[in-house]
Amino acid sequence: MPKDSGIGASIKRREDVRFLTGAGNYTDDINVAGQTYAYFLRSTVAHGKIVSVDTAAASKMPGVLRIFTGADFEAVGGLPCGWQITSRNGEVMKEPRHPILASGKVRHVGDPIAAVVAKSLAEARDAAEAIGVEIEELPAVVDMRAAISGAAPAVHDEAPDNLCYDWGFVEENREAVDAAIKSAHHVTTLELTNNRLVANPMEPRVAIGDFNRASGDSTLYTTSQNPHVIRLLMGAFVLGIPEHKLRVIAPDVGGGFGTKIFHYAEEAFCTFAAKALNKPVKWTADRSEAFITDAHGRDHVTKIELALDKDGKFLAIRTATLANMGAYLSTFAPSVPTWLHGTLMAGTYTTPLIYCNVKAVFTNTVPVDAYRGAGRPEATFQLERVIDKAAREMGIDPVEIRRRNFIPADAFPYQTPVAVAYDTGDYHATMDKLVEIADFAGFEARRAESAKRGKLRGLGLSSYIEACGIAPSNLVGQLGARAGLYESATVRVNAAGGIVVMTGSHSHGQGHETTFPQVIAEMFGCPEANVEIVHGDTGRGPMGMGTYGSRSIAVGGAAMVRAAEKIIAKAKRIASHLMEAAVEDVEFANGVFSVAGTDKKVDFGSVALAAYVPHNYPLESIEPGLEETAFYDPSNFTYPAGAYAAEVEVDPETGAVTLLAFSAADDFGNVINPMIVTGQVHGGIAQGIGQALLESAVYDANGQLLTGSYMDYAMPRADDLPMYAVDHSCQTPCTHNPLGVKGCGEAGAIGSPPALVNAVLDALNAGGIGVEHIDMPLSPSRVWAAIQSAK
Amino acid sequence: MTKISMKVNGEAVSGEVEGRTLLVQFLRDHLGLTGTHVGCDTGQCGACVVHVDGESVKACNMLAAAADGAEVMTIEGMAAPDGTLSVIQAAFQEHHGLQCGFCTPGMVMSAADLLNRNANPSEAEVRAYLEGNICRCTGYHNIVKAILAAAATLRGEAVAAE
Repeated sequence: MPKDSGIGASIKRREDVRFLTGAGNYTDDINVAGQTYAYFLRSTVAHGKIVSVDTAAASKMPGVLRIFTGADFEAVGGLPCGWQITSRNGEVMKEPRHPILASGKVRHVGDPIAAVVAKSLAEARDAAEAIGVEIEELPAVVDMRAAISGAAPAVHDEAPDNLCYDWGFVEENREAVDAAIKSAHHVTTLELTNNRLVANPMEPRVAIGDFNRASGDSTLYTTSQNPHVIRLLMGAFVLGIPEHKLRVIAPDVGGGFGTKIFHYAEEAFCTFAAKALNKPVKWTADRSEAFITDAHGRDHVTKIELALDKDGKFLAIRTATLANMGAYLSTFAPSVPTWLHGTLMAGTYTTPLIYCNVKAVFTNTVPVDAYRGAGRPEATFQLERVIDKAAREMGIDPVEIRRRNFIPADAFPYQTPVAVAYDTGDYHATMDKLVEIADFAGFEARRAESAKRGKLRGLGLSSYIEACGIAPSNLVGQLGARAGLYESATVRVNAAGGIVVMTGSHSHGQGHETTFPQVIAEMFGCPEANVEIVHGDTGRGPMGMGTYGSRSIAVGGAAMVRAAEKIIAKAKRIASHLMEAAVEDVEFANGVFSVAGTDKKVDFGSVALAAYVPHNYPLESIEPGLEETAFYDPSNFTYPAGAYAAEVEVDPETGAVTLLAFSAADDFGNVINPMIVTGQVHGGIAQGIGQALLESAVYDANGQLLTGSYMDYAMPRADDLPMYAVDHSCQTPCTHNPLGVKGCGEAGAIGSPPALVNAVLDALNAGGIGVEHIDMPLSPSRVWAAIQSAK
Repeated sequence: MTKISMKVNGEAVSGEVEGRTLLVQFLRDHLGLTGTHVGCDTGQCGACVVHVDGESVKACNMLAAAADGAEVMTIEGMAAPDGTLSVIQAAFQEHHGLQCGFCTPGMVMSAADLLNRNANPSEAEVRAYLEGNICRCTGYHNIVKAILAAAATLRGEAVAAE
């Protein structure tokens, strides 16, 4: 009988009612009395010197309050970068200034040159058209190899070779890796591109700045995954507003997928302009604007070499990656190709020697930063593709070659050669489950059936691991992070027993308002309906670090558990007084405090009431009230893992790929709400399929984004996708957080792209068409071209 | 400025709009009906779908003035006056057919339009009909399930739980 309450129950989401009735409160739904509207005039060229910006005529247009240019922001900070990487030669990365409005030069299409604030959006737009801008266009650099060739224009003067950093990991292993590859029985080499993507949450970004001259307080409403981090970055590093005079509110947020982590210029602009004009200033992105201002994702080019012995055992891995940073360093950009990527190159395998080199490159494109998975999909893609190629070259079944190299279930905790130590896992178990749910046994019969219809059927798989629950602060500090990555929670039990949890985690689709109360209900023995979750407002809870890296339940949930434990400990002391018993004898279960071996009991609500109406209360030893705060800093990452399979049919005449089935067997440790976890996997898989088959952000050689709208950037529609078979019954609980949870938000996007590509290559090769690799997205034209060149 | 009037969710409304004012702007900015969302500027995403005279329309692709005299239904008009969710809305909750909720109003309005036209759609027909509604969160699996379940309920068939 499935549970209907507490941890493990598939409770329906309480947030759905407002979203289903149009009562959600997204940032663009907020209108502040007297608000004005900002419109940004953006660069239409990828690289150029700003010769002049003439705002005289535009300033006189109807409704215009003021036009701002780069000169207005020279006295404030640039957008800060939250991570510093050190190059192999010991130098720190190049970190050019990222101004709020462009100053001197524009460096990508979309770079803001001026901003009009007017009484209406239409007036702001009209005035922007009347601004006279003279730009001396400079040659642009888009391709990473060209950028670092020595013959390319410099995006920033301080990085004349366009190199941000040149990182080696693990540097001490380099010679041993080289030697192992040189002497190996077999070496498989693969060059591949991890295609550039646009996250595209359905809600475009919005910012509203508001300033109260009487109190001197600034408020920013913004579409953010982490309002506290925005307050810290914008307040301390950009505008110089002390945190107690700045409130950041991220209400209902319509999807994030990483791209709403970062601090953006428009947030700082609206906050700054609201104070300068003493009026609220609202900005809402068009989708076209989102494409040229939201940080993009992925965009790596990698050469990977895998050395194997004669039995297919992995001996060493060497990779060389170029990672696109775009024109400026976004908030977390430097960490993505390094610490979120190199540390995952062991995958689920026992490979003893690993070396990664990553060169981060400036180009005249939109900044690139974390997108669902962030570094881990890139690592998984390389590994799972090169392993499949090695299996084909050596004549070993793709399941078998993985099994020969899996870290065995009895080897945990397992120290990898790339710094991280996995606490738990059972990769054979998830592979067994995958083989079952994807019906590997029946595949050859299905392949034969397709062949009768002239179609090539393929089955591809991948085994992924990710590092989630980001992250131990002292560890990431050593790795270059400039922030801590703990999480906070305050649990407030009110006098009549109602409970409010203020969490630093932020929900933008993950359903925290439903799942977090399940944990409290389990701990306090109360109905979920007694628990309210407050998030997304720096004015209503303690400093928190927000939601990304599948960290909400593993870190934010853990903080909530710690705070709730403090509540229970204090409540026991109060109960011991009320029951006139020793505190050691007080037990708490199902919402009732009792004394062992007696019939004395007092319920949770009575204890809460006593805490706030302390008439019969040990005031000399216990403070009144029942509210506790905890900050939880994890001692390790969590390591969700699993095995995925895609089954496809390729039309050899057209190159069209049809995805017939997709199966996922995941190990997320303990699961709070299986329905929601399944939904998270579905969504991740769809984004991974999108990357593999459809999506690509394409720039031309001049730095124009050719895929700048939903008419050009192909995201999966309902009729591109099948139903998915998803299983998370394999559970090896995390050993170092109190809930035993690992996180599930990114897995789907990490494991799915290589499974798709492996499936298409299986279809082609089994059909007698020898193709070693096709870069994503596997569009009909690319697959068709690969087929033709193999003939 | 043009004076327009129409019925929105059964209520007579009027307002003064510019010629360029879109129906979605009239609904959101003039009437405060912010359940209808804007997710793109090319008519692709479907977050703004409403019903105009019983047909689904992308409200970002229609001028407010063109809806003068029309009967418009938005997501705010879909539940019963006492707040009880419609069959389609309830099915979306039951089958976890939404995550961030941003595309949801358009999805519900499109689903209602589909089921008005076809009481017994196949899975493929549901997927094909949703071509004009993009969801980035759910991977569509649970949206399709929800719509098929709602169709069965509306036909009076018993629907198995999860």
